[in-house]
Amino acid sequence: MHISPVLWQFLMKWLTSSALFPREASTIAPQTDALYFFLLLITVIGLVLVGGLVFGFAIRYRQEKSPVAEQIEGSTLLEATWTIIPLALFLICFVWGALLYFRIYNPPTNAMNIYIVGKQWMWKAEHPGGQHEINALHVPMGQPIQLTMISQDVFHSFSIPDFRVKREVIPGRYSTVWFNATTPGTYHIFCTQYCGTKHSGMIGEVTVLTPDDYKKWTENSTSGMSLAQNGERLFASMGCNACHSGSAAARGPNLAGVFGSKLQLTNGSEVLVNDAYLRDAILNPSQHVTAGFAPIMPTYQGQISEEGLIDLVEYIKTLQTNYRVQQTLTTSESNQAAPITPGVVKP
Amino acid sequence: MSATSSTIVNLPDQTTATLPKRNYINAEDGMLSWLLTGDHKRIAILYLISITFFFFIGGAFAGLIRLELLTPQPDLVASDTYNKLFSMHGIVMIFLFLVPSVPATIGNFVLPIMIGAKDLAFPKINLLSWYLYWIGGLFTLAALVLGGVDTGWTFTTPLSTHYLNTHVVTAGLGVFIIGFSSIFTGLNFIVTIHRMRAPGMTWFRLPLFVWSNYAASILMVLGTPVLAITLVLVVLERTIGIGVFDPTKGGDPLLFQHLFWFYSHPAVYIMILPGMGVISEVISTFSRKRVFGYTAVAFSSVAIALFAFFVWAHHMFIMGVSNYSALVFSLLTMLVAVPSAIKVFNWSFTMQKGSVTFETPMLYAFGFLGLFTIGGMTGVFLGSLGMDIHLTETYFIVAHFHFVMVGGMLMAFLAGIHFWWPKMTGRMYPESLSKLAAVTTFIGFNLTFLPQFVLGYLGMPRRYHAYPPEFQVLNVLSTAGATVLGVGYLLPLLYLGWSLKYGAIAGNNPWQATGLEWQIQSPPLTENFIETPVVDYEAYDYEWLANKTQNEVTTVG
Repeated sequence: MHISPVLWQFLMKWLTSSALFPREASTIAPQTDALYFFLLLITVIGLVLVGGLVFGFAIRYRQEKSPVAEQIEGSTLLEATWTIIPLALFLICFVWGALLYFRIYNPPTNAMNIYIVGKQWMWKAEHPGGQHEINALHVPMGQPIQLTMISQDVFHSFSIPDFRVKREVIPGRYSTVWFNATTPGTYHIFCTQYCGTKHSGMIGEVTVLTPDDYKKWTENSTSGMSLAQNGERLFASMGCNACHSGSAAARGPNLAGVFGSKLQLTNGSEVLVNDAYLRDAILNPSQHVTAGFAPIMPTYQGQISEEGLIDLVEYIKTLQTNYRVQQTLTTSESNQAAPITPGVVKP
Repeated sequence: MSATSSTIVNLPDQTTATLPKRNYINAEDGMLSWLLTGDHKRIAILYLISITFFFFIGGAFAGLIRLELLTPQPDLVASDTYNKLFSMHGIVMIFLFLVPSVPATIGNFVLPIMIGAKDLAFPKINLLSWYLYWIGGLFTLAALVLGGVDTGWTFTTPLSTHYLNTHVVTAGLGVFIIGFSSIFTGLNFIVTIHRMRAPGMTWFRLPLFVWSNYAASILMVLGTPVLAITLVLVVLERTIGIGVFDPTKGGDPLLFQHLFWFYSHPAVYIMILPGMGVISEVISTFSRKRVFGYTAVAFSSVAIALFAFFVWAHHMFIMGVSNYSALVFSLLTMLVAVPSAIKVFNWSFTMQKGSVTFETPMLYAFGFLGLFTIGGMTGVFLGSLGMDIHLTETYFIVAHFHFVMVGGMLMAFLAGIHFWWPKMTGRMYPESLSKLAAVTTFIGFNLTFLPQFVLGYLGMPRRYHAYPPEFQVLNVLSTAGATVLGVGYLLPLLYLGWSLKYGAIAGNNPWQATGLEWQIQSPPLTENFIETPVVDYEAYDYEWLANKTQNEVTTVG
């Protein structure tokens, strides 16, 4: 389907300025809207067709005009027509929708990661630099942002209608969604999955800033500690470094460079180490024993909050060389605060 | 809008006509004879009274919900009251009204007669299923009286198992028991249709109402046990914490979604298929023609029933199912839309070269066609993966399933009730009032739910007690529509009740229809047929009917 760009722009301007249509504030929004208009078009055509047939036949063949009905069995040709044409149209909707789905749910590799924790009844956002926000999210425009989300209690669902993105936030597993905001401004964040008494109060606001404003915002709201630094501290205080010391004689595997690698487990299987795997390995260690190690790690279920787990995972992500592990070990043994390390903030 | 020349209603002379002396209503006297009856027609009436009762309870909740949404502020009721309102609205309407509506009332009444049987295969199980319906219904009412339940009708874990202090177990038990009522009805229909057809009533002479109820019965028998298992798991998880769905115990919260929708998606077709059967009967009768492409319509019911089991995960596109499984379920969802489209076109073409009249059931059927087309097409929006992300869990979903369930199913139910009312009671209803009700319902319905599509695209989430002020105008429109719709539903209750005593005597076949049920007296005898009929004509054979009438006239002359 081809619409002239001028006509399209005019149409979009008219619609987006009316109250019947949400703002288009992400790169995905125009693409979703294009599919929406296509679907709307075939719906209207279908409705006019059915309405025309029903009223046309009903009036043309009403009893006064047509006192005796002519019995017709059916028509294979007609029936084949109205089987194949809808099928073809529905298949177009399927392919178009599928392409869009993959675009919405497959984040670009250069996306900036922000964590979201959903809980009854608030959204908690954690920026890599350690900034925390409740029911608010500040993002720079023109840059792909990936949200890694998890729920602390029940199902929630993170929705920004003006960006046309939404994803379920599930207890016990990370889910992700990404967007690239195009227009500065503030937009609603809704929880769209019913989550208990104050479900309708679980509303937030996403603020899209220009890159400069975003930089200012980051600097002004920093707590001084990045997520990875918080994780490093937690790693030491939970005693993780007693086993994961990185030395050859350690009781636990070396965590340096483990993120993103393939890991051989004692049961012979091989896993890709990602956020979800690390989280699960902390909570259910007995199910993920690395080859060559004894299953002695205790579970940390109930001892670390979702935010703490995010910190730990971010910390482990930054351990690209053995040097960092050694440094952690030393600082925790010398009982001093970890020094601020540049470059731990993921771009 | 009184009966004009366009009517085909063929009433006996009202000055001399009386109801048949002996019929199923006066066959036995006393309350007990009704409560212990094995007569499928009496059980149908028991069901009709029961589901009407629950419909108006569920409707009252809907009214309160719409009133609350008149303003953006949470001002009429508190949050947890609001949550209980929409939860009970959903539970009552789905399990106590929509699922049993057409099969248990109209199906129970006419299905055995349509195939020339004296009763259903298991009359006592039929009565038992009504009692189960009420036991389940009482549990649900108990949950309501004790303080309600706020899980939504979907009982989603871990909300329902770990985070709510309401009467989840009582309500869940209620739904569990009602489920068995539906399984028994389904079993009864399947066995009856297989074993009790009159001589000559071959599969392809069955009225399409029988086909569609057959397909729905298969869904009931195969799908409902999964719901039962799911609810047992929820109750066990809640009471003793077995950890099937709880991630902190190694359970999978998505497992609940899979199990629940494995029943609840086919349940949509359990609700709509029997309604489609009604529409086939009505359009055929008032066009005085065989349904266009009988075989295609019959098989499309079976196709819908088959596909219905393979589309459940389209409720989970945004829940992190793998992209590839999302692809498969989206494709299958598109395929299930095709048989529905086939039916709509076949119904339209049934009128071609017919002799069409506009009785009340036909008006409801027209309403059904329009609303079901919108409901079906918006289903394609939701089946289309990328579109679903933006639309799901918003008011678009609410509008979509109300168009299918309320616009489609309830219009079909009302069409059916008006169509078979003369057979059930022996009396007609006031023509102009009933037409007014049909038109009011249609207008009210569109005014209520069309604004909700727009609200959904704007992003207003469902189940919101308070909402941002920019959504108010559309919500006010919707509430205004709901008021009109309420009038549309109250009217039939009043005039149908009135007609029980004062309605004109209907005679055996006021619509000049071909079905076997129209060839016996109204209201029928307890045993339906004095002699088992022999069927030597095709379904909807109006030429046969014309000859028959002529012959009869000749005999009398």
